[in-house]
Amino acid sequence: MKIKEKEEEIISEFEMFDDWMDKYNYIIEIGKSLPGLDEENKQEKYLIKGCQARVWLVPEFKNGEVVFSADSDALITKGIVALLIRVLSRQPPEDIVNADLEFIDRIGLKEHLSQTRSNGLLNMIKQMKLYALAFKAKQQK
Amino acid sequence: MALNIKQLRKEFPILNQTVNGRQLIYFDNAATTHKPKSVVDRLTEYYYNENSNIHRGAHYLSQKATEAYEDARKTVASFINAPHQHEIIFTRGTTEAINLVASSFGKKFIRPGDEVIISALEHHSNIVPWQIACEERDATLKVIPINEKGELILEEYQKMLNEKTRLVAITHVSNSLGTVNPVKEMIEAAHSKDIPVLIDGAQAIPHMKVDVQELNCDFYCFSGHKMYGPMGVGVLYGKEEWLEKMPPYQGGGEMIKEVTFEKTTYNELPFKFEAGTPNVGDVLGMEAAVKFISYLRHENIAAHEKELLNYALDKLGKFEKIRFVGNAGHRTSVVSFLFEDIHPYDTGTILDKLGIAVRTGHHCAQPVMDFFNIPGTVRASLAVYNTKEEIDTLVEALEKVREMFA
Repeated sequence: MKIKEKEEEIISEFEMFDDWMDKYNYIIEIGKSLPGLDEENKQEKYLIKGCQARVWLVPEFKNGEVVFSADSDALITKGIVALLIRVLSRQPPEDIVNADLEFIDRIGLKEHLSQTRSNGLLNMIKQMKLYALAFKAKQQK
Repeated sequence: MALNIKQLRKEFPILNQTVNGRQLIYFDNAATTHKPKSVVDRLTEYYYNENSNIHRGAHYLSQKATEAYEDARKTVASFINAPHQHEIIFTRGTTEAINLVASSFGKKFIRPGDEVIISALEHHSNIVPWQIACEERDATLKVIPINEKGELILEEYQKMLNEKTRLVAITHVSNSLGTVNPVKEMIEAAHSKDIPVLIDGAQAIPHMKVDVQELNCDFYCFSGHKMYGPMGVGVLYGKEEWLEKMPPYQGGGEMIKEVTFEKTTYNELPFKFEAGTPNVGDVLGMEAAVKFISYLRHENIAAHEKELLNYALDKLGKFEKIRFVGNAGHRTSVVSFLFEDIHPYDTGTILDKLGIAVRTGHHCAQPVMDFFNIPGTVRASLAVYNTKEEIDTLVEALEKVREMFA
């Protein structure tokens, strides 16, 4: 499935909730169901800087696609990174770099993009795109 | 006299608003307090009727503004019982006040091999300026450790004071835990070895009467915006004998007597340390805040806040898996806590959704969090306009948080 299609899928899932509380409960559920990382992968080098909660993001490059796995010690954060993984993982680097990730706004998570959230979500996206960019450069060599 | 809080809240129009469809509850007062009408009105009055550059113009407005500005200095001096008005330096805030001393005092008095003592409870703004000064001067920074309750270990402090110690810089009240340090005792100990002491009073001044002569501190720093005044203004109180000896911090207008390209002679105190056009409007706003506190009286504010603190500790203490961080015997109205099974960020996010403003994270005091080995806390810091009903709402909100995460 393409990034856009996955975004649409998430948007329609979130349309079921008209209450913010249900929405957050859903994000927490998504967070809980993300497999997470083994302790040995929770390394300093995988930490995303600038988040209030700790977020580890591990990239791999397999068969021309970037595979992300991640973990966080806060559940809301873990839910959010899980959504990003659902959209961006197992995609060609080029597509990841170019993704506009409109779904964040559409499902009402835009507030997590603001400065006061210590740029948590913004930094996650930035880091994922940076990894994709690096794999893309490697590919072209 | 018990304060009429309901009446008092009317002075703070900002409190009367909804967030996410709920009545705003503001428990982030250690970050900044709200401003009463009298402060906002003073700013408006200044810009409508008095705005002018001060200390030089011979015209009517300039004289009026100069007088108002110097009157504000008098008000602030008497608020903290400073012996002389010229010992009050207006700054941008506590951070700038500390940087001023670290830079000027540092240049003149800190030599290679010297030591500066701070504590493990400091806000970053009373750590980093000293790190910079020590690095520049090849001096060493010493840190007074804390115990499990979040109190300074005074025996360790006593041992640290020696002939190499050039200055002690400690906070009066911890911003992350609310611990009130025994600064008077600590100043006496330092003075017995002729070591001057700087006190970071940002978190003390809104909650307790500060008398710089009684404390006998050499420097005392605080901010306007944490004491119901405007942002961007603060105070450095310094003993005349030190301020006279220290070189200027910044160069520019106001701080000079005569300028030629060969040599500049500096102005006298306090102007030597107030380079450039001062922040007159906010200084006047700060004066209004001082008058607001003086009118309510510190003992009444403290009594109300103590009642709130005890109420909050009692109510929150009933939660399972709650961990209070900092249980100092003497503390201000700050409750720093976390649930053992819920990340403080998760708690804070849901509280925000419920219209409750708290601070989550390390509160610009990472070493404190490292000591307790926690990612951060949820900090509810209470001010004079907060109520028990608001604490009840916080308790309900936390019940919801536990439902969602536990």
